[in-house]
Amino acid sequence: MKNNTIFKITFWKVIATVIIVIGLYAIYLRFTQGIGAVSNLSDEFPWGLWIGFDILSGVGLAAGGFTLCAIVYIFNIEKYRPIIRPTILTAFLGYLLVIFALMIDLGRPWAIWHAIIMWNPRSVMFEVAWCVILYSTVLFLEFSPIVLEKYKLKRLLKVVKVITIPLVIMGVILSTLHQSSLGSLYLITPSKMHPLWYSSLLPVFFYLSAIAVGCAMIIMESYLSAKAYKKQLEFSLLVNVGKWMVVVLGMYGAWRFTYLIQSGKIGLLFQPSEAMYLFHLEILIGIIVPISLLLFKKIRENRVGLFIASITVIGGFLLNRLNVSVTAFQASAGTYYFPSFLEISLTLFIIVIGVIVFNFVIKNFNVFEDIVEPDPVELKEVKPKYAVLNDLNALEQN
Amino acid sequence: MKKRKAMLFDITKCVGCLACYEACKVENDLPVTAEDPLQDTLSDKTFTSIEMRGDYYIRKMCQHCSDPACLSVCPVGAFSKSASGAVLYDEKKCMGCRYCMQACPFQIPRFEWRSTNPKITKCIMCYDLVKNGEATACSTACPAESTIFGDYDDIVNEAKSRLENNPEQYHPHIYGLKEVGGTSVLNLSPVPLEKLGFYANLPNERLPDLTWNALEKIPTVVSVGGVMLAGFYWLTNRKNEIKREELSQNNNRHTESTQGEKSDEK
Repeated sequence: MKNNTIFKITFWKVIATVIIVIGLYAIYLRFTQGIGAVSNLSDEFPWGLWIGFDILSGVGLAAGGFTLCAIVYIFNIEKYRPIIRPTILTAFLGYLLVIFALMIDLGRPWAIWHAIIMWNPRSVMFEVAWCVILYSTVLFLEFSPIVLEKYKLKRLLKVVKVITIPLVIMGVILSTLHQSSLGSLYLITPSKMHPLWYSSLLPVFFYLSAIAVGCAMIIMESYLSAKAYKKQLEFSLLVNVGKWMVVVLGMYGAWRFTYLIQSGKIGLLFQPSEAMYLFHLEILIGIIVPISLLLFKKIRENRVGLFIASITVIGGFLLNRLNVSVTAFQASAGTYYFPSFLEISLTLFIIVIGVIVFNFVIKNFNVFEDIVEPDPVELKEVKPKYAVLNDLNALEQN
Repeated sequence: MKKRKAMLFDITKCVGCLACYEACKVENDLPVTAEDPLQDTLSDKTFTSIEMRGDYYIRKMCQHCSDPACLSVCPVGAFSKSASGAVLYDEKKCMGCRYCMQACPFQIPRFEWRSTNPKITKCIMCYDLVKNGEATACSTACPAESTIFGDYDDIVNEAKSRLENNPEQYHPHIYGLKEVGGTSVLNLSPVPLEKLGFYANLPNERLPDLTWNALEKIPTVVSVGGVMLAGFYWLTNRKNEIKREELSQNNNRHTESTQGEKSDEK
């Protein structure tokens, strides 16, 4: 039966195949004729879609991993444990894809290891590089039990279990550092960046928005996995994540608004330009819409309503990262940048690869079954661990 | 120890003869890139350009900042500053991240976009010539004293005296004296420089300080954050342990009492 589903031609499989073929062609061009052959990047616009989306957003979207790890392991809120594995898987995959994207975007990817031995502690990028290396290792170890269980490597499993808490603490600190550092990357360009986005608080804004989007990713993944794999976290838990998201988003929005007033930039909100409209759009879909939606109990406690709110948060987040990395530099660059067809294809290629690998791991490893033996006490509190949904509609009516 | 060097570019004196442009091409062994050099812009094969802005010619090139943004942001330390003040680049270290280009306030570093082994290119203030005590190729070539080279202090004094002696010819500002903490290339202009396409909104503080403000907080985040997280774990875990103990005690009592009931029945 499995074989049948693999070879069945579906709409999405055709799309995925087309994207992969174009992506491979773009990679071939990139490594035979240089970055200029596939992208619209230029001396005036050295960082574009790949940095803004694949790297800034990719790392941000993986923020669900450290947020949830902190909730479950540090704050010991055990009831969220059932979704920790899919979230760690997404985060780990996210980081692998970020590294993959880096290998394409770096002019000399074979020299990437230079960051390990050729230090420059004054460089934010140096810090980001180290955080990505270390945190990927942490995620690998956090993810490893899933693989170790499958092949019954009990001794290794024990070792990983013993170091879980230090690992999680390291993971949270590393994430804190480099989620914010991605914002710090832009601190050095006060004269080149549009004032609506430039701020000495960029690292704080990046960190807060990463936590908010981490919550949104948890909700979205849970919703999608319910649809695809009939595995679902207890809904009231997701509603709680949604509430947390509102609080963090509210803080984030308030802080950005206060900053605009304090720095005397508030007037820029009313000076029409492409940047101004994109700023409005970012704030609207990323902060105002989701908060307004989730303040209504009816929407918040509705599966689809919660899902849509989390999608707007993710959309606003992506727009923010692209605004910071692209829109904010359009005026000073002297040229207009819009990603080329092949640039976009390569980004889609990376997303498709991510989805395929995720599917593969879900099918072959025990990601949704939580094998970790819970304490008898917690077992009582946590039950029912999953609401296995055979009929989604039935639950939606509840 | 070599003295810090500097260059002055005086827009009022430039006649657009392009001698500096040609000299730069020869000195750095660069190919011809444009039929009309006045139309040429900075590229991986052009380290200085002469561009017409209205009635004036301006020169674009690396300004050799005192505390260069490119140097501070490079994750692998591919940039260095020579004793003479030149900002140098080592392609053997570079991994091609292009953060230097993104960070440069003057938009100077160029990248070999069409190469499979690309490197960053820019003016290195004729490092070899200067090391041997000579002047830069462009300043030697300049027939109009528009581009001059010398010790930093002498060049600053020369710029100041030109401003003082002919105040009516100049906009009273030495571009590069204070911008981004000072540069080794100073510019004099007859009109405000932003009118000629120079970046006018540059802060006077050293740009690397801006990122350092964030970076210096890392040790605090690591130490305080580590203690805080470990502490939270300790606290919340303790809470669960207490709960567990209470619950198991309750269970014990419960089983004892049911046992008691059973024994009563007997």
